[in-house]
Amino acid sequence: MSTLGEAVRGAIGLMAAGDPMLGGIVALSLAVSLSAVLLAALLGLPLGAAIAVGRFPGRRALIVLLNALMGLPPVVVGLLVYLLLSRAGPLGEMGLLFTPPAMVIAQTILVLPIIAALCRQSVEDAWVEYEEQLRSLGADGLRAALTLVWDIRFSLVTAVLAGLGRALAEVGAVIIVGGNIDGVTRVMTTTIALETSKGDLPLALSLGFILIALVIVLNAAAHLIKEAAQRRYG
Amino acid sequence: MSGAHSILPLTLREVRFAAGGRSIIDGISAEIAAGPTTIILGANGAGKSVLMRLMHGLLRPTSGEIAWREQGAERVRRGQAMVFQRPVMLRRSALANILYALELARVPAAERERQAMEALREVGLVDVADRPARVLSGGEQQRLALARAWALHPAVLFLDEPTANLDPGATREIENVIKAFDASGTKIVMSTHNLGQARRLGDEVLFIHQGRLVERAAVDTFFRQPASAEAAAFVKGELPWT
Repeated sequence: MSTLGEAVRGAIGLMAAGDPMLGGIVALSLAVSLSAVLLAALLGLPLGAAIAVGRFPGRRALIVLLNALMGLPPVVVGLLVYLLLSRAGPLGEMGLLFTPPAMVIAQTILVLPIIAALCRQSVEDAWVEYEEQLRSLGADGLRAALTLVWDIRFSLVTAVLAGLGRALAEVGAVIIVGGNIDGVTRVMTTTIALETSKGDLPLALSLGFILIALVIVLNAAAHLIKEAAQRRYG
Repeated sequence: MSGAHSILPLTLREVRFAAGGRSIIDGISAEIAAGPTTIILGANGAGKSVLMRLMHGLLRPTSGEIAWREQGAERVRRGQAMVFQRPVMLRRSALANILYALELARVPAAERERQAMEALREVGLVDVADRPARVLSGGEQQRLALARAWALHPAVLFLDEPTANLDPGATREIENVIKAFDASGTKIVMSTHNLGQARRLGDEVLFIHQGRLVERAAVDTFFRQPASAEAAAFVKGELPWT
């Protein structure tokens, strides 16, 4: 317990001092994960809505697959992206391995199924209510899907938040494709893993606190926006 | 859109519809012509709503044929609109809900606003044009649904029990709007189980019982002298089917 107490005191000290290294790590974490979630939302929301509204062969299998992909192991995604981006890989010439863009790619792949699958479920539930009306007005297929996504946009905040939580919390993918290079690709989770193994518990713990606090603040903000919007639009 | 350019008459030939092994519409043949307000009358579960959806094209008949005079699918689709028992409003303003429908109907952008405001004026909702549609009262939402349908200037307007969820005051307002649409030349096809409403709004009655068209008559004749035992019982308020 004394270790934990020391670590807590050290963490508070680091945070109070506004350690610049700490700031850089937090900033990179946010930049990488928010970019990945933005990309995944741009791709995943229309994809989920299209699967919800569409009727095509193999649809049920695709839904099962998409739901299963929500549990993609981050290390496996990291490994696959590593193989794609490594010098000998198909995308090796782009020279992205061990850079923040590589981390964004890996996290996008990780988050995309979460956002698409949750969006698919929400849109499908809404479709039951809207289908006849939209078909009567002449909105079919893609048009109907986009209308639904826009109309339940406040509920979809939850899907995007689930994706963001996943991106901020994962360590396996970013550590493989980013390489955890000091000052370049070191993010909160990879630093926590490294510092813990090195025995620098104060730094690891303070990053842990900041990570948890960030997730709570982001969720609270999103929740307040959602509530206000629902009061306004019904 | 009415008169010479109308997509009417609508012809149903031996239309059947079954779902889950249960027959819901059982061989209905009828012609729906331009002009008189047609009331689809029957008890709950008689098949009124399904019949309306078949006519509007939301459901395909299991067998039989539903044909409009006009052959072009696009013209047929745009020549009709439907208002449902429970209106589904999008999470945007009342005005934007109508603009959305006009956009889907490919009304030129420059004319949408004027047409939408005109429709809102017709149903007395100009004051709430900028309010979010979903926070309007039930009666206001149903009037907005009528405005949204009417803004499309359909030749035929299908109304599926439009007042079933409303209080008497809101019902009266809706009925006045329907009368105004009828007066403007829109063909009204309305389902209801409300006898008073059928009398107030209808010119002719199609009485549906257990998925069959049991009787068709002018409103006066139907209520004064129903020809079938089922219709007579329904008019008297008896419920032999329970």
